[in-house]
Amino acid sequence: MKKRVVITGLGVVAPNGVGVTEFTDALKSGRSGITFHQKLKDLNFSCQIGGVPNISDELKSKYFTNLQQRGFNSSGILYGCIAGVDAWKDAGFEKNEASELDYETGLIFGTGTSGIEKFREAIYGVDEGNVRRLGSTVVLQTMASGVSAYLSGMLGLGNQVTTNSSACTTGTEALLMGFDRIQNGKAKRMLVGSCSDDGPYIWGGFDAMRVMTYKHNNNPEQGSRSMSASASGFVPGSGAGAMVLESLESALERGATIHAEVLGGEINSGGQRQGGTLTAPNPKAVQRCIIKAIENSGINANDVEVINGHLTATSKDSLEIENWTKALNRNGNDFPYINSTKSMIGHCLAAAGTIECVASIIQLKEQFIAPNINCEDLHPEIEELIDSEKIPTEKLDMNFDIMAKASFGFGDVNACVVFKRLQV
Amino acid sequence: MTKEELIPKLKNIIAPYVQDEEAFKNLNEDTDFVKDLKINSANLVDIILDIEDEFDIRLENEDMEQMLDVKSAMEIINSKLES
Repeated sequence: MKKRVVITGLGVVAPNGVGVTEFTDALKSGRSGITFHQKLKDLNFSCQIGGVPNISDELKSKYFTNLQQRGFNSSGILYGCIAGVDAWKDAGFEKNEASELDYETGLIFGTGTSGIEKFREAIYGVDEGNVRRLGSTVVLQTMASGVSAYLSGMLGLGNQVTTNSSACTTGTEALLMGFDRIQNGKAKRMLVGSCSDDGPYIWGGFDAMRVMTYKHNNNPEQGSRSMSASASGFVPGSGAGAMVLESLESALERGATIHAEVLGGEINSGGQRQGGTLTAPNPKAVQRCIIKAIENSGINANDVEVINGHLTATSKDSLEIENWTKALNRNGNDFPYINSTKSMIGHCLAAAGTIECVASIIQLKEQFIAPNINCEDLHPEIEELIDSEKIPTEKLDMNFDIMAKASFGFGDVNACVVFKRLQV
Repeated sequence: MTKEELIPKLKNIIAPYVQDEEAFKNLNEDTDFVKDLKINSANLVDIILDIEDEFDIRLENEDMEQMLDVKSAMEIINSKLES
């Protein structure tokens, strides 16, 4: 008998809100976290706007010791540790240096690349023939698993501690990998999450591909236009999301607050066949991923009430909606409600999956659907597939129990997870 | 440089890395960086760089290997300053 898995802790560092309270407020009010960045302009970026979480030095000092902050230059690890520690505390645990080693809890914290600013520093040092003066902190901040190394030490976690990486699917994949581990009895709890650096060195490659919008440098908050007819590319974001997953029995045993249940999910790849490429999804594989996620969750397609899509604000949004309609075999007025968190925070890349999973769980728990901002001019291709009222542009209060969340990534990789409201 | 001049300068440099504040208060010539002050051995390299900056000297890998306590650190710094 596989174990049921619930979510007992949430943490989030998003461009429009740091911490669950602030982020919830931002989701409810449809607050954008996208701002203009002079540095991008100075470096001749086409897209000069982005989503960067606001972290004060004071807040940073609550999570990192003075020693840890010496030579620290990895925004992803910063965001990841804040989200991870917050989720851990939200689940009712302490961050205590002297805490006993916990073999029952593991950590899967994903990222695309780590400490890219730190890496840049190191590369300059090496090229100047000055490798001897790099100091001791380059490896820990630039290794992909840096965030997992920092976090597991802060919390004393003794089960599997690792980092996954699968482009913009990373976060949702981390959640499903942690889910598997608990379901199969290999851990009682898994802290799962993902993070992404901010800034020109992580975003530059996307700007070069011309996949980010260059039309909203003067009105950044209107830049991220998921599902809109005037969507012109994604807006880059950054941050981190984290969740404590736990077996239902463990959560009940210790009387933990349960935010939602993870019913199941699916991870697959389109193999860059049937229309899939390094950058475009194979629609058949996307549909299969959604169908399997629903099967694995023991529900029917008709049970899905709300979807939090991937929906990046590129030309692929219509294709994603089409894939959902085919996978669920529902369209028009019969289609579930759907929203895109990216309309407010941009595309947080490797962090997107977990920030948006946290957003989904908040909406499910608090029984509202966050508004799709910048979508007043719904794309006509989407309007042909589903009713426009299924894409709320204002916050919608609604009772619902089942929410699906999907993430897709470069390399033609897909992940879909199904959450259920759990009233114990 | 005399012991009295050097020790306060060294204390300033190693303070951020110290994990045992009691031992740090009682720092003397025989204090061992790792065993007594519980400094993470990975940070020894950072201390070396901070010493180089403070005294405007260059420490080689061989110097670093010997610099395990306050006494050896003072000896090596002085030998570099004299040469």
